[in-house]
Amino acid sequence: MKLTVWTYEGPPHVGAMRVATAMRGLHYVLHAPQGDTYADLLFTMIERRDHRPPVTYTTFEGRDLGEDTAGIFKQTCQDAYDRFKPQAIIVGASCTAELIQDDPGGLAETMNIPVPVIPLELPSYQRKENFGSDETFYQIVRALARPMDRTPAATVNILGPLALGFRHRDDIEEVKGLLYEMGIGINVVAPFDATPEDITRLGAAHANVVMYPEHAETAARHLEKTLGQPYTKTIPIGVGATHDFVAEVAQICGVEPKKDLSRLRQPWWSRSVDSTYLTGKRVFLFGDATHVIAAARIARDEMGFEVVGLGCYNREFARPLRALAKQFGLTPLITDDYLEVEQAIADAAPEMILGTQMERHIGKRLGIPCAVISAPVHVQDFPARYSPQMGWEGANVIFDTWIHPLVMGLEEHLLAMFREDFEFHDEAGPSHHGGHAPKPSDAGGPAPQTPRHISGTKMDEPRSDEGPAPTGADVMVWLADAEKELKKIPFFVRGKARRNTEKFAADQGLQEISLDTLYEAKAHFAR
Amino acid sequence: MNTPTPVPSGTCRDAPILKERGQREVFCGLTGIIWLHRKMQDAFFLVVGSRTCAHLLQSAAGVMIFAEPRFGTAILEETDLAGMADAHEELDREVARLLSRRPDIKQLFLVGSCPSEVIKLDLARAAERLTQIHAPHVRVLNYSGSGIETTFTQGEDACLASMVPVLPTTDQRELMLVGALPDVVEDQAVSLLTQMGIGPIRVLPAPRSAEAPGIGPNTVFACLQPFLGDTAAALTRRGARMIQAPFPFGEEGTTLWLRAIAEEFGVDEDTFDRVTAAPRARARKAVANASEALRGKSIFFMPDSQLEIPLARFLTRECGMEAIEIGQPYIHKGLVGPDLDLIPAGPTISEGQDVDRQLDRVRAARPDLTICGLGLANPLEAEGLTTKWAIELVFTPVHFYEQAGDLAGLFSRPIRRRSLLNLEAAE
Ligand code: SF4
Ligand code: SF4
Repeated sequence: MKLTVWTYEGPPHVGAMRVATAMRGLHYVLHAPQGDTYADLLFTMIERRDHRPPVTYTTFEGRDLGEDTAGIFKQTCQDAYDRFKPQAIIVGASCTAELIQDDPGGLAETMNIPVPVIPLELPSYQRKENFGSDETFYQIVRALARPMDRTPAATVNILGPLALGFRHRDDIEEVKGLLYEMGIGINVVAPFDATPEDITRLGAAHANVVMYPEHAETAARHLEKTLGQPYTKTIPIGVGATHDFVAEVAQICGVEPKKDLSRLRQPWWSRSVDSTYLTGKRVFLFGDATHVIAAARIARDEMGFEVVGLGCYNREFARPLRALAKQFGLTPLITDDYLEVEQAIADAAPEMILGTQMERHIGKRLGIPCAVISAPVHVQDFPARYSPQMGWEGANVIFDTWIHPLVMGLEEHLLAMFREDFEFHDEAGPSHHGGHAPKPSDAGGPAPQTPRHISGTKMDEPRSDEGPAPTGADVMVWLADAEKELKKIPFFVRGKARRNTEKFAADQGLQEISLDTLYEAKAHFAR
Repeated sequence: MNTPTPVPSGTCRDAPILKERGQREVFCGLTGIIWLHRKMQDAFFLVVGSRTCAHLLQSAAGVMIFAEPRFGTAILEETDLAGMADAHEELDREVARLLSRRPDIKQLFLVGSCPSEVIKLDLARAAERLTQIHAPHVRVLNYSGSGIETTFTQGEDACLASMVPVLPTTDQRELMLVGALPDVVEDQAVSLLTQMGIGPIRVLPAPRSAEAPGIGPNTVFACLQPFLGDTAAALTRRGARMIQAPFPFGEEGTTLWLRAIAEEFGVDEDTFDRVTAAPRARARKAVANASEALRGKSIFFMPDSQLEIPLARFLTRECGMEAIEIGQPYIHKGLVGPDLDLIPAGPTISEGQDVDRQLDRVRAARPDLTICGLGLANPLEAEGLTTKWAIELVFTPVHFYEQAGDLAGLFSRPIRRRSLLNLEAAE
């Protein structure tokens, strides 16, 4: 039993719904109680889909238990087939139905439904949403894809984009564009907009492009094994990664790595002098492993940031994330406990967070700007405009998105110069934001970013950020004038100043921080 | 004193009910936690359930209440399912940890879910045990918010009903108002009744457990919401008597509700009029303004919040709408009877749901406005129908005189919006 307040991932059947909802001509019959129908709103409200997800729930009730819940399942399955006439059906159980052990797959098999019925086994008490999507897509592919003649010209399948994905809709267009430049044709894109009939044609492609390994890697491995199709490992998010992706695809397909860079603006935007202020910005990265790994490289190599912490919530991808963290000299945070992430961010006191909607809230609370780089995301991260993360345009979009929450170059200096101007002060937030600027949570206190427990009670303060929990002797005390000076430092760098000063003082064996200590530390860390 | 003008021939009270059994598209009772935890400020709601339950709470909250949520889910894992003894120990441990971190918590609700009920995890026993362990500081209660036993607002009913047995006993003649309303609305109700000289007035649930109302044979109570059947039954079992009335939506509903209480307390006509005249007039005016766009329009209620029948009464009688179908997850005539009495026969009254068949009826009728859950609203809009999400009705102050105009406004806004938007080429 584990106490959870907010979750990064839903249950595995929600992953299955994301696959089903992305596809056309597929129906999902889900053995589940009525409350589980809440999941429809994820698609119709958050993603603004104009159709109901193709899911029929049995919505059995308490009084049906011990009666004929299996009968209810069969009836529902038959009704769903008759009404929707899908090309294929997936069947499965939610957490509650898993406990009553009706075996939807076995039941459906006895029913003579004239289209393929694909049973799903998604262990609700062990696994989560991303497992559900990956496994569901794999089962569909396994059931429907068959060996067949390859297309004469080089073609690939694009695998992984699905419903409720972070910018999947637009990433598809970018990836198609990259392939088009190389003269590679597209056989099938799946699950997004694919029909079961399309899945049967996967075998005609020469290779597979895996856009999101967390949703499609198992299927891609299966296709490699059974149909001999190699698949790509590079995720084209960021300038460097996109170059690498093109090289990888070209190599797999035996074509020229042709690219059209005419619309790629990110490198110049990053080199131009206005961007100097980005140098060494301390960022904290959290999200799904795919996006965090890509973002870490962009942050360091393409933005000139300093990555001060990174982590992911999907344990399935802990290994590559650990390897990456090692390169960065960091200890990775692998957890799906939101409170742990909040604590880690508070401790690292970054100048910016790149995360999910959860980190956006953490940022709001701690007064740290945040840009969203990964699912789970909310309604405002499904923009009307074209806004990919992948490919050349994706690199441009990411540049803009990441600098948006920050205070801009000269503005930063002005804030520092006139820091007591009553109108033009840092707590008003970046001037291009209007009313919605992030606010520091704790402008007056000695610890600008005081972590809170779920209770809202502040944690003991002051604390030192490094090493074991502070005990009586090594607690750092800020003297009044130093504290006052610290408060004059703009909030977006105050965390860094405080942290550096405390570290400096601790290294010097000091237990008190005076005004002098503050400025000595500043000189020490000057870059 | 005037009594409500009964509708002469045939009301919806005796209309045949279309009972449906099929896929329901309704939240489960866990959803009530979203508003209950804001209302009861020293209570924590601990759902004993699955990742699905946690995800439902998070998704239904829509705008996540990241500031200090006083609810959480103890997610059952594979190991808990293996042996019962384990699950109880684990629960004790999680509760102890939670309570030590949250010393401000005085009431803890263990909320049952489908998984906890299917594995027959006895939360009543757990609550008793935990009450003993954590007495006198914390009282632990339990109720079911599971989707196999409760729909959406029924969770509030189950929660309030679970509190009734532990209310202190009193012989005082008191009025108890039952239901978790936004404070601003609750204050208005109390103030109107107080001005009529009625009192003492107590409210269930109280904002803090120390202020819990007493109950006894001299208690009379009135429900503020039409979904509190089990709570009403529990209060009756403890000797209290229920005042029946239409629910306080709109000018008419509010007046009838207040009048029923006024009669019980022997308030004279002059006093009643003096207290209500001004807010009544304001409410009428506000409704008249806000309902302009609603007059003559048709409305279809999908079953969702259990507010459907009282709202249909308000919209048909005060806003000039015509109801095509009024669906409710379940119909408790002991509660909504007085509202049904006021709706002339005509609309289909349906109970339960078979969502696909009901959608067929919506498409055939093409109502001017459809009230439905979040999962259905955009798909229906995409088919050219205008919708209003039911959940907003539970999250917004809509009861009593001063909100009557806002209530009408919730329904007229989607219709006004549709007529405002001009997304075609000018030509
Ligand atoms: S319907 Fe049951 S399993 Fe689903 S969220 Fe509600 S209580 Fe949990
Ligand atoms: S601010 Fe974040 S959690 Fe809140 S509603 Fe928006 S996206 Fe959702």
